[in-house]
Amino acid sequence: MSDKNSLLEARGIGKSFLGITALDGVDFTLERGEIHALLGENGAGKSTLIKILTGVYSRDHGNMWLDGAEVTPANVAEAQALGIGTVYQEVNLLENLTVAENLFLGRQPRRFGLIDRREMRRRSQALLSRYGLDIDVDALLSSYSVAVRQIVAIARAVDLSGKVLVLDEPTASLDAHEVEMLFSVLSKLREDGLGIIIITHFLNQVYAVADRVTVLRNGRLVGTKKLAELPRLELISMMLGRELQHITREHQAQEETVASTAEAPIRFSGYGKRGSVAPFDLHIRPGEVVGVAGLLGSGRTETAFLLFGIDRADSGTATVDDRNITLSSPEAAITNGFGFCPEERKTDGIIGDFSVADNIALALQARQGWSKPISSREKAALAESFIKSLDIRPADAERPIKFLSGGNQQKAILARWLATNPRLLILDEPTRGIDIGAHAEILKMIERLCAEGMSLVVISSELEELTAVAHRVIVLSDRRHVAELSGDRLTADNIMQAIASSARMEAAE
Amino acid sequence: MIHSRNLPFVTTLGIFVVAYALCVMQFPNMLSTRVIGNLLTDNAFLGIAAVGMTFVILSGGIDLSIGSVIAFTSVFTAVMVGSLGVHPLIAFAAVLVISTLFGSLMGAMIRYLGIPPFVVTLAGMFLARGAAYLISTESVPISHEMIDAIQGFYFRFPGGGRLTALAMLMLAVFLIGAFVAGRTRFGANVYAIGGSQQSAELMGVPVGSTTVGIYALSGFLSGLAGIAYTLYTSSGYSLATVGVELDAIAAVVIGGTLLTGGVGLVAGTFVGILIQGLIQTYIVFDGTLSSWWTKIVIGVLLFVFIVLQRGIIWYSNRKLAESRLTASAQKS
Repeated sequence: MSDKNSLLEARGIGKSFLGITALDGVDFTLERGEIHALLGENGAGKSTLIKILTGVYSRDHGNMWLDGAEVTPANVAEAQALGIGTVYQEVNLLENLTVAENLFLGRQPRRFGLIDRREMRRRSQALLSRYGLDIDVDALLSSYSVAVRQIVAIARAVDLSGKVLVLDEPTASLDAHEVEMLFSVLSKLREDGLGIIIITHFLNQVYAVADRVTVLRNGRLVGTKKLAELPRLELISMMLGRELQHITREHQAQEETVASTAEAPIRFSGYGKRGSVAPFDLHIRPGEVVGVAGLLGSGRTETAFLLFGIDRADSGTATVDDRNITLSSPEAAITNGFGFCPEERKTDGIIGDFSVADNIALALQARQGWSKPISSREKAALAESFIKSLDIRPADAERPIKFLSGGNQQKAILARWLATNPRLLILDEPTRGIDIGAHAEILKMIERLCAEGMSLVVISSELEELTAVAHRVIVLSDRRHVAELSGDRLTADNIMQAIASSARMEAAE
Repeated sequence: MIHSRNLPFVTTLGIFVVAYALCVMQFPNMLSTRVIGNLLTDNAFLGIAAVGMTFVILSGGIDLSIGSVIAFTSVFTAVMVGSLGVHPLIAFAAVLVISTLFGSLMGAMIRYLGIPPFVVTLAGMFLARGAAYLISTESVPISHEMIDAIQGFYFRFPGGGRLTALAMLMLAVFLIGAFVAGRTRFGANVYAIGGSQQSAELMGVPVGSTTVGIYALSGFLSGLAGIAYTLYTSSGYSLATVGVELDAIAAVVIGGTLLTGGVGLVAGTFVGILIQGLIQTYIVFDGTLSSWWTKIVIGVLLFVFIVLQRGIIWYSNRKLAESRLTASAQKS
């Protein structure tokens, strides 16, 4: 079954967590001496696949071969011993130890049972010089830049394992010069015959360094392609899961009128934060759904954080009804009638041990102030009405919310904000990880809310969803608002074109 | 150049030298081998326990059971030798086995049941203290020719000071402790876990066995400290050494070990013990001060050191940020 030439091969890998499928029959092949990019949006299954390959998770289905021999690493140490080394984005090395101690932790050279520090220093210097790094190996790792730490981590992983190197978002916090430095190290390792898997969301970097790319989407394999033969636009469409075809929208006419007649009461001008999102203008009218599109890491969530006051803007102004407002905290945003459903529902949205009713009442209570508690009867009535109107199941207001399905949790969070009767509701990936039935209901609800005159900002990586519900779509790329599409121009094709052309512009610069 | 991670230790050493010099200026007699010898002997049991505490805190944990284990050990030894007539060596071996097993059990609960060290060792503290009461609520005197021999054994310094067996035992424990921390894989793993347990695990450190080992070591050294205390007082008393774990923590922190784990030296703890002993000695020499001044000075020192440690972290972070800024400025 396994191909003799390939270094690492995985066939039909499947994994589910608590009944939710994270990976479904994914095939993956890594050749000797290649850099293989693994791409996909959040929740596509990249990290699950990597964790199975590196022994962090055990797989439910499928087989994997290393050098033609079937392997099943049970833990990280076993995978390392087999030859699969990993460098994680943040948690990899220990900042409180020296460079040499990090390189040789767990395998220190010893004399008479004691660690031979001189030998450890000598070997560390020899090891790092191969990567063009001439540093004091007895200095603390924390005294060096992130780039140097990355290379130290790579040196350790390669020295320890030596066949397959997995890099999880290695460039996320590097500047351009440091990225170059890292890539020259990777190219050299490729010449040495190593197989390198790199996870990143920077397309330019993928084209700059990788030979092949594998794209995952919703836990399934979309395809593996040679990058030299893959146009950028096609890669983006693989990631966002849309065939290149023109679709026309039906409900165009009525939105045109909304857009042209109404004055926008909520305005953001030159709004931005250095290192997060470049300054942008955003005018939101009542009854309008503004979509936000872009690849992972393009600044989608950062935009939402700015709008809701989680991050403080360092430029620009925000006005509501021609009144200047300062969004210094979510509390201030709530006072101005904003609401926000975050992307990470489990960690940022619900309070798992609280009942459905308590979760729903949370934002309303915050808006009223803690001195005016909502009585339990009011709370029950509130929960009852939303459970009925949003069809939250099971219809038990007193059940802890963690026992509800993802879709019903999402509805409860929506109810939380609807209870405050907001004028602007920001939804970050409202349909991620919920079943198809709930998916349709939530889209329907978005349409109903905007028909009632509420303004919505919807962030999504599902282009079909955006083109279906949004009146306008703002396209983000590389932390900038690069295009705004509306009317006839609002198609999934045009969104992808906008992302691709801005990425090409970056590359040309 | 002093690496910034050794800065707290160097500061502690500096404070000790300056404080000692000031004491000597006021009471020239304090610069005698007699004072130094007594200081080492009086703090021997605390020093031994503090070495174990150093490992625990380096790994990011805490052990609140030390004082109770010392009390239990001393009562257990006293009853075995004094009332039951067991040979001291057998009694010593028995308490060391018991206290080591007790420590490993707490380590296993911390690691495998995921209970915070604070809670587990708090339970251990009550358990050991209760067990000590169960054996005897009286002060149990102890006398045996071998114990008399150990108590009577010492080297004479020039100047009349004595390096007693207890002081030698403490110095040996510090020496071995420093080697284990600095020159063995176990020691390196302790620092690694203290830095970040998750990273250590991903780098292949055997976190489970190391955690159990750390608390076993702390239990063993508490037992040894209990034996030292029994020899020091010639008795066992279940109400003794209440709060000694806090003195040990103070010595570790004043010695420059970060309470969050991962940074510190066994040698620092030794200086921490010396500083505590120095304050007590000064109060004895002065004769008019209440002995509670020891606590006040230690409290002040702890505050100073915690602030100092925050300052160092803040300073090194800023330096790193500055070096990045200048590096990127040069490029563009």
